[in-house]
Amino acid sequence: MPTPFTIRFLNSLSRTGWIAMALFAAITLVIMPALHLFVSEGSPLHVSGFVITLGGKFMCYAIVAIAMDLIWGYAGILSLGHGVFFALGGYAFGMYLMREIGTDGSYHSHLPDFMVFLDWKELPWYWSGTDSILWAVVLVLVVPALVAYVFGYFAFRSRIKGVYFSIITQALTFASMLLFFRNETGFGGNNGFTDFRRILGYDITSPEMRVILFGLSALVLMLTLLLGRYLVTSKFGRVLAAIRDSESRVMFMGYNPLHYKLFIWTLSAMLCAIAGALYVPQVGIINPSEMSPANSIEIAIWVAVGGRGTLIGPVIGAALVNLSKSYFTVAFPEYWLFFLGALFVMVTLWMPEGVVGLWKRIRNRRAA
Amino acid sequence: MSAVQNPGTDAGSSSMGHILRPGLDISHKVILYLDDISVSFDGFKALNELSLTIDAGELRCIIGPNGAGKTTMMDVITGKTRPDTGTCYFGQTLDLTRMSEPEIAHAGIGRKFQKPTVFENHSVFENLELAMKMDKRARVSLFARLDDIGRDKIADTLRMIRLDHEADRPAGLLSHGQKQWLEIGMLLMQEPQLLLLDEPVAGMTDDETERTGELFKSLAGKHSLVVVEHDMAFIEQLGGKVTVLHEGSVLAEGGLAAMQADSRVIEVYLGR
Repeated sequence: MPTPFTIRFLNSLSRTGWIAMALFAAITLVIMPALHLFVSEGSPLHVSGFVITLGGKFMCYAIVAIAMDLIWGYAGILSLGHGVFFALGGYAFGMYLMREIGTDGSYHSHLPDFMVFLDWKELPWYWSGTDSILWAVVLVLVVPALVAYVFGYFAFRSRIKGVYFSIITQALTFASMLLFFRNETGFGGNNGFTDFRRILGYDITSPEMRVILFGLSALVLMLTLLLGRYLVTSKFGRVLAAIRDSESRVMFMGYNPLHYKLFIWTLSAMLCAIAGALYVPQVGIINPSEMSPANSIEIAIWVAVGGRGTLIGPVIGAALVNLSKSYFTVAFPEYWLFFLGALFVMVTLWMPEGVVGLWKRIRNRRAA
Repeated sequence: MSAVQNPGTDAGSSSMGHILRPGLDISHKVILYLDDISVSFDGFKALNELSLTIDAGELRCIIGPNGAGKTTMMDVITGKTRPDTGTCYFGQTLDLTRMSEPEIAHAGIGRKFQKPTVFENHSVFENLELAMKMDKRARVSLFARLDDIGRDKIADTLRMIRLDHEADRPAGLLSHGQKQWLEIGMLLMQEPQLLLLDEPVAGMTDDETERTGELFKSLAGKHSLVVVEHDMAFIEQLGGKVTVLHEGSVLAEGGLAAMQADSRVIEVYLGR
């Protein structure tokens, strides 16, 4: 006997949506891992480690893009500081990765190399317990969410919104970046964390570990998309969209927007943190530049390019922008930021609903 | 004023007790007290020692020239603006100056704005669903499902506001008059005891205006209504007591005919 909840959950995606989801799962969880692990490197069917890592990276970006769409597209809250939650998640898991290096670092000490270099004799208190992967996961889930909750509580309670909120989030990520640049903060200063060796004792660069991280990223991406669809098709989602369109009207109907905004804001930060934690072991480095203001603005551009308020659009946007970034930063390294800026202006002027909006318009024209 | 400071010792003894929500005490037959309310913005006195009472079940019209303080008065009642001085009570016990907007809405005061503010991206049905009286906390909304009773209520309201054939259209596509009706419908879904209606018939055709008047008259008694309007024919149709505001306080109060004959009212409207 299906419960009302399961029915609601199944209805949150269309039939085509579920088929696409199953297809995506088959490719990312079975086909690509198999082609990487079991097909010899000489074969044209072999999927290289580079592709697996790049794919994993892109899926982490896509999770961040969905998280951004949930607050910007559906709640009308434009955060220009979401990089900070991504980076905090990355740092939290990075602490564990640093501890897993053990005595294999350059100084053969139990302390991470940067601490030996600073002549520290013991771990700071906030590093305690980070040798356990479970504790690291707890940190990933709790710390960025807590930062977001406290920040959001004060911002939303004071009814700060629109461009003022965006500016404050920029300040938040910038201030955090400066904080993490300091060696005294205890997170490796401007070098951050790198030279990771193992996860749970297994080599982090082995094909098996790569495939596991890739599969995990795919799984989290699909779950994020499903969660997002469930939320935006629920009554919660309709109230959220109403708050976006006319907050005072919603209040006069007896809703308290504070709790609605705070929930989606904290959830969004949490999703970013999970993405960050999956990203760091795949790219092998985390440093304060992840918190640079430009990084957070780029997240907003992914969402704008893909199409706000569509959930799937931002996934496409993140992939498109990052593919062109991979190309541009190699072919014309000096011009990448100009291109990114031009892209944003063009999308705002001519494609306000992004790629998904464009697709819908083409389809409608064909139908007409 | 002693009645206000004396929170209803005889709560519930009223003959109207069965239609009351817990917490609202209208044992003195008065649903809204405004006493000595002043509000100033940068030195401009929007409300100047305004005192006004509305009886339970009454249909009251409020008129006054631009800047008389009609909208500010509604802002004070709904918690959007805090008065500098004065008291504002809903029933005998609820001090509105200490409550937030959502709390006031829950207590049973519904407001229709001057400009119709329906949610244009939501369907007509969804607009009514959002307004419906129910548990409106965020964590409840995550798993909320519309039951048959709710569906019936929405269907009834749709018929009353004559939008039953437009239920699935986005509200943004409605005509101006239809949007006004939808907003009135949203107000009714909240099941408020006091309805504040700011220029409800602005932009309506004569036919729509008349139907709105009939609807309001049928609501009076069960609900209390405060209507701010400029349309004298409409006020005449409603037929309730009229309050004239001028420079932030009450200038005169009485039947429409008496008001139209009052020399002070004429002076305010026609100039010295």
